Amino acid sequence: MNEFVGGQVPFDWYLYLSLVLFAIGVAGVLMRRNAIVMFMSVELMLNSVNLILVSYSSYTGKLSGMVFVFFVMVVAAAEVAVGLALLVSIYRNIRSVDIEELKNLKW
Amino acid sequence: MSNTLIFALLSTLSIFSALMVIFSRNAMYSVLYLVICFFTIAGHYVILNAHFLAIVHIIVYAGAIMVLFLYTIMMLNLNRESEPHKPMLLKLASVVTGGGLFLVLISSLKTANQISPVADNGMGTVQSVGKVLFTDYVFPFEITSVLFISAMVGAVVLAKKDVVQ
Amino acid sequence: MKDIVDQSAQFALSTILIPLLPLLGFTINAFFGKHLSKTLSGALATLSVAVSFILSLTIFFAAQNDGFSAFSVEVFEWITAGALRIPMEFYIDQLTVMFMLIITGVGSLIHLYSMGYMHDDEGHNRFFAYLNLFVFFMLLLVMGANYLITFIGWEGVGLCSYLLIGFWYKNQEYNNAAKKAFIMNRIGDLGFLLGMFLIFQNFGSLTFTEVFSKAGNYDLNDGMIVAITLLLFVGATGKSAQLPLFTWLPDAMAGPTPVSALIHAATMVTAGIYLVVRSNILFSLAPDTQHVILIVGLATAIFGAIIGLRQNDIKKVLAYSTVSQLGYMFIALGLGAYSAAFFHVMTHAFFKALLFLGAGSVIHAMSGEQDIRRMGGLWKYIKVTGITFIIGTIAISGIPPLAGFFSKDEILANAFAHSPLIWGLAVGGSMLTAFYMFRLFFLTFCGEFRGTEEQKHHLHESPATITIPLIVLAVLSIIGGFAGVPEVLGGSHWLNRFLAPVFADNEILSHSAHHLDHNLEIMLMCISVAAAVIMITIAYVVYVSKSVRPADDQHQPGGFAKLIANKFYVDELYNAIIVKPVMFLSNALYNFVEVYIIDGFVNLLGKGAVGGSRVLRLAQSGNIGFYFFAITISILVIILINTLS
Repeated sequence: MNEFVGGQVPFDWYLYLSLVLFAIGVAGVLMRRNAIVMFMSVELMLNSVNLILVSYSSYTGKLSGMVFVFFVMVVAAAEVAVGLALLVSIYRNIRSVDIEELKNLKW
Repeated sequence: MSNTLIFALLSTLSIFSALMVIFSRNAMYSVLYLVICFFTIAGHYVILNAHFLAIVHIIVYAGAIMVLFLYTIMMLNLNRESEPHKPMLLKLASVVTGGGLFLVLISSLKTANQISPVADNGMGTVQSVGKVLFTDYVFPFEITSVLFISAMVGAVVLAKKDVVQ
Repeated sequence: MKDIVDQSAQFALSTILIPLLPLLGFTINAFFGKHLSKTLSGALATLSVAVSFILSLTIFFAAQNDGFSAFSVEVFEWITAGALRIPMEFYIDQLTVMFMLIITGVGSLIHLYSMGYMHDDEGHNRFFAYLNLFVFFMLLLVMGANYLITFIGWEGVGLCSYLLIGFWYKNQEYNNAAKKAFIMNRIGDLGFLLGMFLIFQNFGSLTFTEVFSKAGNYDLNDGMIVAITLLLFVGATGKSAQLPLFTWLPDAMAGPTPVSALIHAATMVTAGIYLVVRSNILFSLAPDTQHVILIVGLATAIFGAIIGLRQNDIKKVLAYSTVSQLGYMFIALGLGAYSAAFFHVMTHAFFKALLFLGAGSVIHAMSGEQDIRRMGGLWKYIKVTGITFIIGTIAISGIPPLAGFFSKDEILANAFAHSPLIWGLAVGGSMLTAFYMFRLFFLTFCGEFRGTEEQKHHLHESPATITIPLIVLAVLSIIGGFAGVPEVLGGSHWLNRFLAPVFADNEILSHSAHHLDHNLEIMLMCISVAAAVIMITIAYVVYVSKSVRPADDQHQPGGFAKLIANKFYVDELYNAIIVKPVMFLSNALYNFVEVYIIDGFVNLLGKGAVGGSRVLRLAQSGNIGFYFFAITISILVIILINTLS
């Protein structure tokens, strides 16, 4: 193939797709009270960013975009590990993953 | 034409599954929908000529991260009854905020230059990515190993049960 | 020119040392006085002033030579700001030398007196420190080369007066008297200050020589000169206790007697006269101001004399006598007879200091009693004091050949040349002076003793440190007048000739000098002497032959006598007109402005901060969901603003 399949599509569409996924992720973070689902929405946001990075990389021919995506995935993985460990620890203390329960830092 | 169709199909699937992620009542369902979303995005990577990344994406995200999520949910034994919900007003407000953010970002990126695709077949293969990774970016690559070690240690320390004296 | 330079170099050291030595005495006594023995601290203070006196004498003798002319000694460059240049400079001319002699001479005698008088006082070293400080400031006043240095001395003597009047500070009444003196002085000082501002604005400098050389450009009675001289006169009024700012002087008798002698008889109160004599060119250019001075001086002279007729405290009589005599000096100034005014300053310093010190000796002998109604017949117990006291009384009454006669007569002659009415009034005041002074003498020293047995038991003559200054001052009161014997009596008036260079540039003065017919002058003298002798005789008849005694406090007479005895109710008048409204205003300002407006505003700031923080802290709800919302919306807004701008 001389051109990749995705290359037929105007670049703006990938931009819009990524932004939609990002907005959905933001809405998810704001909407849900379950800490785990909030975490998953954050992952969604990260993925949207990955998508736009890869599309930039493919469209301009520079490989550093893909390498950056690689590292984003690495960081996401590490973050998930630590974050879920934190969640488990919280659950052990208050028997719930509802973020509304974590209000001790009130004025 | 078919290219557009493939793109449209993949996009619809990913958007739909993402919406289901945030609207599901059951946490388990959210996880599964997120897995579907990841697969669609991997599909996007493939048609964008980033084969290596697609495979890595599936292995790391769908294979490792989502499994972690599933383990946690099952361990914490969350079910539908104990699922807390926000009042309707707040849900509406969050959707509106998300939408607003989308619009603002769109408007700010309106002035971006048009990019036309560059033909490069060899891009996205393991060899090319690996070459760049191990020459230009070898230092960050080594650092990530340190990052993983610290994450691992942190996770073990945090999740350990307190030793009762 | 070379002579001036030589003189200035020759006397520079003396000039700087003269005020410096008392300052040194002050420092030593103030900081180390407690560790020194009483005799040592007193001797140190006395010595510093005495050495200054000797140094002043050297300059005085040099001034007798023909080649002497006034010189300046600049100590250091003080203020240089744009056009304003005021160095710390001393200006020595004949007038300054005479004043320096009086200050250090009479001052050292009074220091010697204080060594005996204040010996039993516990604040001994503090007293001598303040006395030395006073001498320092007074010297600064008369030696200054510009109005500002004089003003520093002016303020400084006011301060020392406050410190010394309220010396026995544990008594609240004495403190009030000290405050009264200081505040009334301040009112006058404001006039002085405004005068200085005008002088600088018009002449561009405050240095005497520069101001006086430019004064010739002004016409007679130029509005600005009249304003300047009037303001300077207001300052003199406050310092020299003229109407209406005189009520502090009688109250100042609360201080120890040496203080009354030094400050309120010989030196500080003469500062006003020094100021006018120094600025004689300006005053001669403003005859309107001179008329004002004449009227005020005359009124003060008579007013003070009248009040003195019915006072029963020995020091108060002398205080009102001082007020009256200062009035005479201002009469002389108002007539343009500057040299005569200074002559009276000199003789008055001698006999008034003598009288005050004598009164101190009497009080000391009477174990602290000051009411003359409880004295009497002291002559045989304290002879030396009595003899010196009678000499002072004769001198102040103007009987020749003692000092007071010559100086007072010169003033009266000048008054007659100006207007016989003024002469008549002045002679009237002089008669009253003779009367009340001899009343004081007769009631104190003659007749039978009216005090308690306890006091009679303790009656004794004072020690040598007290009597020696008395004797010296008595001698000076006798021979002091010979410094200015007028031509009509065959003398050559050494003082007028000596001070002539000071007034050499005053053309108006030389043009308007009064010259009376010699016979007329001798007749005037005889009239005034005869009048004084008549009043003395009357006083003798009333208080010795008929043994009239002043009434006790319970049996005060009514009518005019009561008015006089209560000092014409001037203090009460001031209290009603000035003190009460000021207190009312002060209270009103405090209760309304301070509490509501200023405090309210400051408290409002505090409450605003507290209230604001109370509102702001509600943002810290601890709710993570809310925090997310806040973050998201902030980012939204930021990106929006960025995009739109």
